[in-house]
Amino acid sequence: MSTTIQNISLSGRKKQVSNKEMTFLENLYLVAIVKGLLITIKHFFRKKVTIHYPEQVREMSSVYRGQHQLKRDEQGRENCTACGLCALSCPAEAITMKAAERKPNEKHLYREEKYAEIYEINMLRCIFCGLCEEACPKDAIYLTTSKVLVPSSYEREDFIFGKDKLVMPLDIAMQNAQLKNAN
Amino acid sequence: MDSAFIIEKSVVILVVFALTMIMAMYSTWAERKVAAFLQDRVGPNRAGWGGLLQPLADGLKLFSKEEFSPNTPNKFLFVVGPAIAMSTALMTSAVIPWGDKLHLFGRDILLQATDIDNALLYIFAVVSVGVYGIMIGGWASNNKFSLMGAVRAASQMVSYEVAMGLSMIALLMMTGTLSLREISAQQAGMNWNVFYQPVSFLIFLICAFAETNRTPFDLAECESELIGGYHTEYSSMKMGFYLFAEYANMFISSAILAVLFFGGYNYPGMQWMVENVGVNTANILGFLALFIKICGFIFFYMWVRWTIPRFRYDQLMHLGWKVLIPLAILNIMVTGICLLLFK
Repeated sequence: MSTTIQNISLSGRKKQVSNKEMTFLENLYLVAIVKGLLITIKHFFRKKVTIHYPEQVREMSSVYRGQHQLKRDEQGRENCTACGLCALSCPAEAITMKAAERKPNEKHLYREEKYAEIYEINMLRCIFCGLCEEACPKDAIYLTTSKVLVPSSYEREDFIFGKDKLVMPLDIAMQNAQLKNAN
Repeated sequence: MDSAFIIEKSVVILVVFALTMIMAMYSTWAERKVAAFLQDRVGPNRAGWGGLLQPLADGLKLFSKEEFSPNTPNKFLFVVGPAIAMSTALMTSAVIPWGDKLHLFGRDILLQATDIDNALLYIFAVVSVGVYGIMIGGWASNNKFSLMGAVRAASQMVSYEVAMGLSMIALLMMTGTLSLREISAQQAGMNWNVFYQPVSFLIFLICAFAETNRTPFDLAECESELIGGYHTEYSSMKMGFYLFAEYANMFISSAILAVLFFGGYNYPGMQWMVENVGVNTANILGFLALFIKICGFIFFYMWVRWTIPRFRYDQLMHLGWKVLIPLAILNIMVTGICLLLFK
């Protein structure tokens, strides 16, 4: 029983170690060196794995969580109603917001009567866990749609992103709406 | 000594000097490219096309680096070290025949700085002086790692010079001359020495690796144990000189290997080219042939570097004293017997 277990090789590459003396030819190491040289020269002609970064950009995974985006609906109105659930769910306490009431002449800007006057995310605190996205009842905040990484900067203040950087641009919202209608 | 002769020689010396420098420069580029390719990467490719301006950028960087010198009592020796390393590396190129003669302006111009009859001895002498650059630099650095690197370099050089000299004797018994030009001329056609003296070639090749401090014999500067060995304390262009000297040495030893064993500037059909196309074309092609052989050897140096790991110190000594020297002596004896039987 025990012998059979010892002979099992999970990786399929199990090898018995032997202590046998090397033959004269092996002692010269020349054969081994030539074998090694052949292995390295094979790599010389192999396809290179490098991605030339600034020119070629590696494709992001469809579920990659990058910079947040506050979404607009088909008519270009902001979805966010400043309910504060995202700020509440945020484990890093990175989100701050201030709610305001919508004026009658702002109906084309905001979908519901309440909207976020200030919406700020501190990108230095954010851990990109995506819990805000899960908490949002209005489909307003997404980390997967912007497809951008938070850019680097020298000043800490530059990492507090306001609505100017977070809200989805209007033309993209309209494009999305057109695409939806076409389908 | 007419003035035309002096001008001719000055031009040849200048060209040889420039060639050695440029080759050493581009060897650093080639080293990085070959290393990258052997590891499935692409290597430097930003400065110029395919990174061809990279050596210039590296040189500029080394020149603009801070000139640091350690607290050593031997300030003079600290500067002399890299100077010796660099000058000996460049001196060897004087006796290498880069090609047969060109016929220009009604004169025969030898493509060689000087054709002395004991060229091979000269090379051995200059190469052994080269180790003083490393030893003095390591000693003057006032640093235990540098000193260890220097001691290793010295003992390695002493051990392998013996085997190298003995391997040469077998070759010299065949050629009967020390002049590199005559040795090249004897190998006309495909009459290359490597076919008659394969063992001698192998020993010489291994010793050449050791003499130029290349992997697997780079114990003098092994980064992982001695943090750079003898050039640990060097910075700026003094450091650059050491690195440059290594690549110049590599180029020169490749040239010597090509001249001694692979027919030098000879290529198949050279005689036919001289008779039918012209002396100049044929001999420029001969220079190109030598150049290609040299580049092949330089590539081989790099190829081996990224294949074989460094020897342990006792393995190095074992290989030098107990394997290569007996083999070289045996080779001399076999060569002697063959010469007696077949000549």
